[in-house]
Amino acid sequence: MSTTTPSPTRTIDPRALAAAERSPGLWQLAWKRLLRDKIAVLAMFIVIGFILLSLLSFFGVVAKDWSKEVGINYAPPVFAPNAEGGGLDAPVTVTAPSQTGDATALPFTFTTGVKDPLEAEMKEIYAQLGRGGASAPAAAAQGYVSTIVDPLAEDLAAIRKELGRPDPTGVSSATALGSGYKGSIVDPLAEDVVAINKELGRAGAMAGAMAGAMAVVTTAEKKIVRSPTLAFGGDKWGRDVLAKVIKGSETSILVGFAAAIVATLIGTVLGALAGYFGGWVDDVLNWFYSIFSAIPYLLLILAIAAVVNKKGVITIVLILGLTGWASIFRLVRAEYMKHKTREYVQAATAIGASNWRKMFVHIFPNVSHVALVQLSLHVVLFIKSEVILSFLGFGVGVDTVSWGSMLNEAQSELILGKWWQLAAATLFMAVLVTAFSLFTDALRDALDPKLK
Amino acid sequence: MTTLLSIKNLSVSFRIDRDTQYEAVRNISFDIPEKSTVALVGESGSGKSVTSLALMGLLPKENSKTSPDSRVMYKGKNLLTISSAEMQKIRGAEISMIFQEPMSSLNPVFTVGFQLGETLEKHANVSAAEARKRALALLEEVGIPEPTTSINKYPFQMSGGQQQRVMIAMAIACEPELLIADEPTTALDVTIQKQILELLAGLQRKRNMSVLFITHDLAVVGDIADHVIVMRHGQIREQGSVRQVFTQPTDPYTRALLACRPRVDTRPKVLPVIDDFINAENVAHASNTNQSGTQLFNPLANVETRTRGIKPEDSVILDVQGLSKSFYTKSGFFSQKEFKAVNDVSFKLHKGKTLGLVGESGSGKTTVGLTLMRLHEATAGKAFLEGKDILAMSEAEFKQYKRRIQIIFQNPYASLNPRFTVGQILQEPMQLHSIGNGGQERAGLAFELLARVGLPEASFYKYPHEFSGGQRQRIAIARCLTMKPDILICDESVSALDVSVQAQVLNLLQELQDEYGMSYLFISHDLAVVKYISDEVMVMSNGEMVEMANSDDIYARPQHPYTKKLLSSIPTGMAAMA
Repeated sequence: MSTTTPSPTRTIDPRALAAAERSPGLWQLAWKRLLRDKIAVLAMFIVIGFILLSLLSFFGVVAKDWSKEVGINYAPPVFAPNAEGGGLDAPVTVTAPSQTGDATALPFTFTTGVKDPLEAEMKEIYAQLGRGGASAPAAAAQGYVSTIVDPLAEDLAAIRKELGRPDPTGVSSATALGSGYKGSIVDPLAEDVVAINKELGRAGAMAGAMAGAMAVVTTAEKKIVRSPTLAFGGDKWGRDVLAKVIKGSETSILVGFAAAIVATLIGTVLGALAGYFGGWVDDVLNWFYSIFSAIPYLLLILAIAAVVNKKGVITIVLILGLTGWASIFRLVRAEYMKHKTREYVQAATAIGASNWRKMFVHIFPNVSHVALVQLSLHVVLFIKSEVILSFLGFGVGVDTVSWGSMLNEAQSELILGKWWQLAAATLFMAVLVTAFSLFTDALRDALDPKLK
Repeated sequence: MTTLLSIKNLSVSFRIDRDTQYEAVRNISFDIPEKSTVALVGESGSGKSVTSLALMGLLPKENSKTSPDSRVMYKGKNLLTISSAEMQKIRGAEISMIFQEPMSSLNPVFTVGFQLGETLEKHANVSAAEARKRALALLEEVGIPEPTTSINKYPFQMSGGQQQRVMIAMAIACEPELLIADEPTTALDVTIQKQILELLAGLQRKRNMSVLFITHDLAVVGDIADHVIVMRHGQIREQGSVRQVFTQPTDPYTRALLACRPRVDTRPKVLPVIDDFINAENVAHASNTNQSGTQLFNPLANVETRTRGIKPEDSVILDVQGLSKSFYTKSGFFSQKEFKAVNDVSFKLHKGKTLGLVGESGSGKTTVGLTLMRLHEATAGKAFLEGKDILAMSEAEFKQYKRRIQIIFQNPYASLNPRFTVGQILQEPMQLHSIGNGGQERAGLAFELLARVGLPEASFYKYPHEFSGGQRQRIAIARCLTMKPDILICDESVSALDVSVQAQVLNLLQELQDEYGMSYLFISHDLAVVKYISDEVMVMSNGEMVEMANSDDIYARPQHPYTKKLLSSIPTGMAAMA
């Protein structure tokens, strides 16, 4: 190697040259093998996509408003708008503001299909009194009239003035008050009722206020506009299923990874102790393990969930992590038992390495692939476990969403024929779990090529 | 002599990955005559086992390929092209095989009688009762004591030698025309090896069959073979009658193989290695001085010999007194059975000298080494290193002494941590014992040691799996040298190596002893190697010391009958011929 450097002026340190021929380690080789597997790479991209999605969701970039009711109840998905949807018999119709005019400044009028429940009675009263309420027929036809005043109207007016722009509408914006839209809903019959009250000599309690045609003032938010369809449909309350399922990925992936890391840590450390030391340490840990594995897994989880009785992501992570280490423990223990008698460990003893050093510096790198594959396997397992837990109602609380709680909701929705929440949660879960399982298989093959 | 099986232009290649091919056997041709023994000799990677698998039709189909002009002709048929059904009929009945590891070749959950009977029923088409009768006769023939009781034994109830006898019985059950024996004695003790070789030779004569005997040990061949084929790197280097190959080898590689194995009768200062021969040949060819072919490099000419032995004035570095080690197994609910692996062994190790420890498997020789290293706890006994009993001191106190007494294990593939680079392996003991100041200096020391044991600098950054067995053993030696020990225990350190590599490692060990003045406790089952390297030899049997004397004395005048038996078992083929 040093012969290839004919440098008369500068002698190159042969050791530096030797360093250039550094050999790839286990992980580098495994990584290369992994990249050669097309399915593994595809699966890895999908998994990475999911992780990025849940990270974006975690930092509030996407699906922040998953709990907002943005659509109508049971809004159908956009790709199936005719699916049996809409929870209201009379859908909200919106008279769209004119595109050309400066509509924001206008206190524009909604015509809602809400019928006055008193209308029939009023008609009777009209007939009885022989009155021909002037506004009545028109009002009845027109329905309620609500005015919404844009709070920015005043600012806009000021800006117009500043810029010297003419006010195309000439409507005074003085009505814009406070923050938020201000809407007034005026009962078209109010005037009549006031007249009737007067006629009959009654002093209606509310009459005074109603006469002012300012009967109810509601501070409605922008969201009052509910979309009739949503990307992946809406749930019972009109929440966006797509946002929910993304938020649900965040929960599931967070729980899956965190719980798998907890379980792998516990399983590996205990397995290392039991396998390396053997004797009474092994006995004690094995008893402990046997007790854990003697109780049906789901029962154990449900029991702990019931005892802890505090819903939340951290609780689930702890439940799954604390119950799921058993199989990792057995595997790592067996690996340590196998490796501790190997000559390289004896050689380490011979040169004076401590127990700790032998366990974690010498043996651990040789069994780490087992731990990694187990970690990967348990991520999938725990994602599924979390779904089951949440489905059964022991999972995340109502303030969080997970695929499991979505499936739980979908259970009752399905009877009504609202399939999209189920479809969305199932699709996301199936894609992630399949991709992760394929990735795990490829990872195992890459780390232990002899298995293939 | 008519030819039984003829191999013509056999080439076998293996696919390693998508675009790498490895040619294991390259264009070899040889004949196996009827009623004779042909020995196929070669070191690991020479292609000898691949050849035998090819003629049994046992090559893995997924990744191996034989070249189109390869022929294995047997009774007019090409065994490489016949159908697997036809091959099935020939395999086992006409050509059968015995393997190196009898323990893993026999099914542990069936009795040997059942397994023998199964073979007979399947191939010879006889009834169960008849099969049992013939099985008994076969066991008798291969020399199993008390066949009537042994037939109901399970493989694990028999010794390694007996298991190999059962394997032979199974192989000859259907009276094959050709018996392929793939390293049948390598896993066995030297005394057992002798018996098995005699058995095979006897059976060959009695049953008029041919034997293809595959081995790495040229010495074994001399006793039994008629015809010898020497292979290296997938090619035949030399073939001829056993007398010709041993007495007038024409190929430098054959001569190297013959010379580099330590011999009992002489002790050169430095063992010749294969490169000496190949280089000498190349030089001869290059300068064209080798016209007549008579100026062959002679390994035994002009070689300085070394005298060995302990003189009374040599100082003692380690004094072992009454060393015992027992293992206990549970035999009942409360009782345990004691197994005395080492029983009251005493010896003195002299400074700068080598004590050879010889014995068969189970004699307790390895346990002695491990107990002195405190890898096992001694049951009784003392071991004084400079007046201090290293077996009695506390773990903390012993830590100071650990660097002074080191061990090199048998299997170089297992004794290096596969996840450490060679640099890490060498620097670790320095870190643990605070040798050298800082990483820079330790790395420097590691580089020096690599150079000292004859490895390139680039090794520092490589992982153990990238090295051959001999190179790994050099790394293990370098690891011990980092601590500059006074005592080095070599536990079968060269037993797993090829003959040529063995010579190199032995030379290295000897050089290092001369340089650093270390004392070796050299544990081996190989009497010739022990004789070569040791000043003093201790023979162990069943945990007890049988005999101890200066090495020349013990080989020339063995006192104890066990020692005599051991010495008479050394394969003599080569010595007899030479």
